[in-house]
Amino acid sequence: MTEAHTEPKSLPIAAREPQCPYQPAAELRALQKEAELPRVKVPSPLLGEFDAVAITRYEDVKDALGDSRLQMGFEFDPDKPRTMLNQPGNLLNYNGEGHSRLRRMLTGFFTIKRIRALRPMIEQVVADRLDEVEAAGQGADLVRLFSTPIPTQVICELLGVPYADRADFQRRAKVGLDVNTTLEVQVQNLKDMDEYMSGLVAAHRRSPGENMLGQVVRDFGHELDDDELTGIGNMLLIAGHETTASMLSASAALLLQNPEQLAVVRDEPEAVDRAIEELLRYVCPATIMPREAAEDFAVRDQEIRKGERVVFSILAANRDERDDVEGDPDTLDVRRPQRPHVTFGHGAHQCLGQQLARMELRVALPALFQRFPTLTLAVPDDEVDYRTTALVFGVNALPVTW
Amino acid sequence: MKVEIEEFKCVGAGHCVVAAPEVFDQRDDDGVVILLDADPPEHEHENTREAAQLCPAAAILLLEKATST
Repeated sequence: MTEAHTEPKSLPIAAREPQCPYQPAAELRALQKEAELPRVKVPSPLLGEFDAVAITRYEDVKDALGDSRLQMGFEFDPDKPRTMLNQPGNLLNYNGEGHSRLRRMLTGFFTIKRIRALRPMIEQVVADRLDEVEAAGQGADLVRLFSTPIPTQVICELLGVPYADRADFQRRAKVGLDVNTTLEVQVQNLKDMDEYMSGLVAAHRRSPGENMLGQVVRDFGHELDDDELTGIGNMLLIAGHETTASMLSASAALLLQNPEQLAVVRDEPEAVDRAIEELLRYVCPATIMPREAAEDFAVRDQEIRKGERVVFSILAANRDERDDVEGDPDTLDVRRPQRPHVTFGHGAHQCLGQQLARMELRVALPALFQRFPTLTLAVPDDEVDYRTTALVFGVNALPVTW
Repeated sequence: MKVEIEEFKCVGAGHCVVAAPEVFDQRDDDGVVILLDADPPEHEHENTREAAQLCPAAAILLLEKATST
């Protein structure tokens, strides 16, 4: 499908240092230091290139993402081509009460209690994947054998999507998050996603299963139409595997380049929760988040007009120098006392599945390094193949030896 | 310290339950916050402040007693 791709674009607002892709690019840091909020151009296959106010400082990001005057800006319009940003059921296309109503149909699946109860299932999935890594032998690719299958299998079990269908839905998720595609490609991709998911929805309508999709049909099937159920299913499926897979692979790559930090994750169970927060802050797979001003409002006395788009650099915000937090924000320190991050966003749209993602990371990363205590990269550090131009930062392949 | 919650704002992210499990819980069906202790003992104050600070929806209000120092 390469002919349908446009020229690769890097997003200056999402740019990472070419030599060290965990760091925000120098131009992004320069934007952060400017007193005036900069206006930037953001390429998007779905919206076309758009102008946006860039918000890059931690406190500004937190305040503005928590402000109800900033909305998603992608409400469903049946007259426009269907894309991931124009699809009923996808929480990212709702604001205010409509968003709350839909989100509360799903939040019960992600309570702390429910996620803790999933731990044994996740441990089993991880143990099985580690067996496969071992069986593959030296040079095994952690992306293919570890970081991608774990969250994929977990979300399949939870949602009630057949794991056997993964090759197709993983490919469609990749296309959906690739900014270097055309609108035509995105429209066709969503058509394929919807066709697949609506088949599953229809099956649950006939006979609701015991998993999330079945439960939503049972509890809310009378107030949701098939279109909304399809959107909910697609959102949970994509959000449920793609970002966690990226976080797992990029965290593994980062720790393998920082053996002292890796040893903490491997050997100190009581340090794991905090270490995962530091990795979330540092890796930050979802680099940018867009919004639109539904009313005029101000950030540090600078006006943002109704209708203006806003883009948040989550990556830059996580690295912001702050008086109230000690230590160099650019140093990875898994023992760091709390340095709050906005990796899952902030405000009403903060990631629905964040506790599930945390649990997967807390189980999978220590287990990987415990199973292979001598694990090292099979390629030099500077030859790790990072994915830096997509909406979600990650690693394309991660061959290892032990 | 007095704790109040604005239930309608809650988005069920669960930070409060992790930060201060003696003070907050979640409803099973929709994850919405349950206030277990509106007047937590002093040793829970730090956790409760952390819960309020982490809440993405600003649904936790703290009324701290003015201390004379």
